[in-house]
Amino acid sequence: MEASPKARKLDIGPPDYRQFLHPVVKENYGQWKYHENLRPGVLVHVSETGAEIYTVRAGSPRLVNIDFVRRICDLADRYADGFLRFTSRNNIEFMLPNKENIDPLIAELEGMGIPVGGTGKIIHNMLHSQGWIHCHTPASADASGITKSVMDELYEYFTAKELPHRVKIAFACCTACCGGIFWSDIAILALHRRPPRVNHDYVWRVCEIPTTLASCPVTAIKPTYVDGKTSVTIDEDKCVYCGNCYSICSACEIIDPVNDVLSIWAGGKLANARSEPMLAKLVVPSLPSNPPRWPEVVSAVKNIVEVYAQNARKYERLGEWINRIGWPRFFELTGFEFTKYHIDDFKHAGQTYKKSVQLKF
Amino acid sequence: MVDKTEMLDELEKGPWPSFVSQIKEQAEKNPISRDLLRQLEQSYKDKKLYWRHGGVVGVWGYGSGMIGRYSARPDLFPGVAEFHTVRLNNPSGWFYNTKSLRQMCDIWEKYGSGLLYMHGMTGDILLLGTTTENLQPCFDELSSEASFDLGGSGPGIRTISCCVGPARCEWACYDTLDVTYDLTMTFQSEMHRPSLPHKFKIKCSGCPNDCVGAILRSDLPIIGTWRDTIQIDQEAVSEYINGGFDIVSYVINRCPTQCMRLTEKELGINDRECSRCMHCINVLPKALRPGKERGATILIGGKTQLVEGTIISSVLIPFIKLTPPYQEIKDLVNKIWDFWGEYARGRERVGEFIQRIGLGDFLEGMGIEPNPYMVAHPRENPHIKFEEYYREGD
Repeated sequence: MEASPKARKLDIGPPDYRQFLHPVVKENYGQWKYHENLRPGVLVHVSETGAEIYTVRAGSPRLVNIDFVRRICDLADRYADGFLRFTSRNNIEFMLPNKENIDPLIAELEGMGIPVGGTGKIIHNMLHSQGWIHCHTPASADASGITKSVMDELYEYFTAKELPHRVKIAFACCTACCGGIFWSDIAILALHRRPPRVNHDYVWRVCEIPTTLASCPVTAIKPTYVDGKTSVTIDEDKCVYCGNCYSICSACEIIDPVNDVLSIWAGGKLANARSEPMLAKLVVPSLPSNPPRWPEVVSAVKNIVEVYAQNARKYERLGEWINRIGWPRFFELTGFEFTKYHIDDFKHAGQTYKKSVQLKF
Repeated sequence: MVDKTEMLDELEKGPWPSFVSQIKEQAEKNPISRDLLRQLEQSYKDKKLYWRHGGVVGVWGYGSGMIGRYSARPDLFPGVAEFHTVRLNNPSGWFYNTKSLRQMCDIWEKYGSGLLYMHGMTGDILLLGTTTENLQPCFDELSSEASFDLGGSGPGIRTISCCVGPARCEWACYDTLDVTYDLTMTFQSEMHRPSLPHKFKIKCSGCPNDCVGAILRSDLPIIGTWRDTIQIDQEAVSEYINGGFDIVSYVINRCPTQCMRLTEKELGINDRECSRCMHCINVLPKALRPGKERGATILIGGKTQLVEGTIISSVLIPFIKLTPPYQEIKDLVNKIWDFWGEYARGRERVGEFIQRIGLGDFLEGMGIEPNPYMVAHPRENPHIKFEEYYREGD
């Protein structure tokens, strides 16, 4: 506050992307003709002018340090004339005008323990929320740890092993769903299963009662007085454990290491290719949260990938395959138990019931 | 130097690059990272986080871009007593040069934990963990020396992101990078001084493949499309066929509108029936390309779960041509903000707002005519809220 505001630059916006485009990219901007996926992690784009640019895509753990970024920059300096980009799924892309540089770059990346892959009909890099690294609301599971555990197990599907179509996996540690999970082929979502515990000594000091009441999607929160001070009560029959009240009022403690669980969802997609975008559906309502490797979660995800790999047709996304074979067959093939919890009971739930006698026995 | 981290050590095993190794490398020289590692190990042991709820921090002139975070146990982990995030607005398409990234790293080494996300879910670079005292000098250097600015947070327009676009993709139906940059520069004040009912996200995808997930990850997705006919290179089609590629099984039979046919090795498309799904173009990139009359479909209302449920965006403007200075988009955004800002409840996303008042009333507020492209099908219930009726004697 002390320095003169005039000395500061405000609202300059992000750096202009045009200075970050490789000359070959700049010269052929908007003139690309076609591309090919040469192998997992390597693309070639060919321009109307005949120019070519080779892209090498490498996976990253998203949480990186400055020395890692500097090492990546060293590679970009050596092989890509000092330019690089990142993808919406946290991959690093080096764009090489020179084909001869592909193999040496890949060798260096692999030497540094950085996998090359994530293009075409394979598993793409996982997206995830912040978890215990930095967030104040996650249920009892860590985003980075689960992501690492799942990607370790499915590593060869990122680097080499072809599937019927691409598979996108995401993790979110609460129903805020920062991992953007509902449009993923496979999603892992941490859930609470116990209503918030209200700290009445705290509510009147830190919470605004009307906004806390309004935060509840099922009107389970009511105002009250406790020892002459304003507070709230929660109707445990109505509460759906979403945790939205906790994000408004920290006196509504929702996090519970004893009860929080992990759920698995499948069949989301957001590309418009063939079928319209669709949301993922519940396949496993609750698995225990067992750090540091979460074996139950990893094995459930791997099960889905393997059953899909064995049964789906080429160019069929996971959700499209399930729609073709039907959910009963999906549960039969994966061996997951179908329970009462799989049946929606939130708003508009009836739209998800089977309303025909077209049943496969 | 670092306490034992038995749980986290397990996450250094296995072939996928380890975030724990990233933290450990910094922990050797940075006290913030060292205590992050120690606190994280404690979280793994106790299956719970050790961050206090919330906290507001910021820098001079800004009401967004920094997220306050405090350890719940500063007595045990003093290095992360304050562990704030700095959100840096990413350049369009996440393109960088190494000089710019190195500058950013040098500044972050001086003022923070040395840890960062490349990138956060909305697109920003997230610089993870610094003290309240360091925020202002860190920002001053980032903006004046490295030319970075803060991204969005809170109830305002958030950082806009886009796919690789025409920089390296033949399918880009408009210049996603330029639209992103232009809108970002236009709405700087609204991004840095948030004043809307809730967050508002815009994402720009160049074609219906939607590589940045605009349709579900943004309130106002701008998704490239074309209005004329798919460009066909019949020679390239023959090459696919002669190369043994089964066009009938993998392309024609998978077309959702069944608008393709193969006659004497020539591929025909009834473009009037084509729904622009991209499947045939994706599978035959050498032979097929989007048409020449290109533009975008603008949708509205996408959001994820909390609190009324996940909403997939729906069509608002079926087709629009996008040319600089993109004034129609800017006018539309301002109109949405005026109407939604006036009538929304607190913390009500525009998608939830539309569900509450109905798309019909929203269109009326926007001055946009209803159009059958906007619905999957007309209503299935007869509770029509007619707005006028006659009285006896009228």
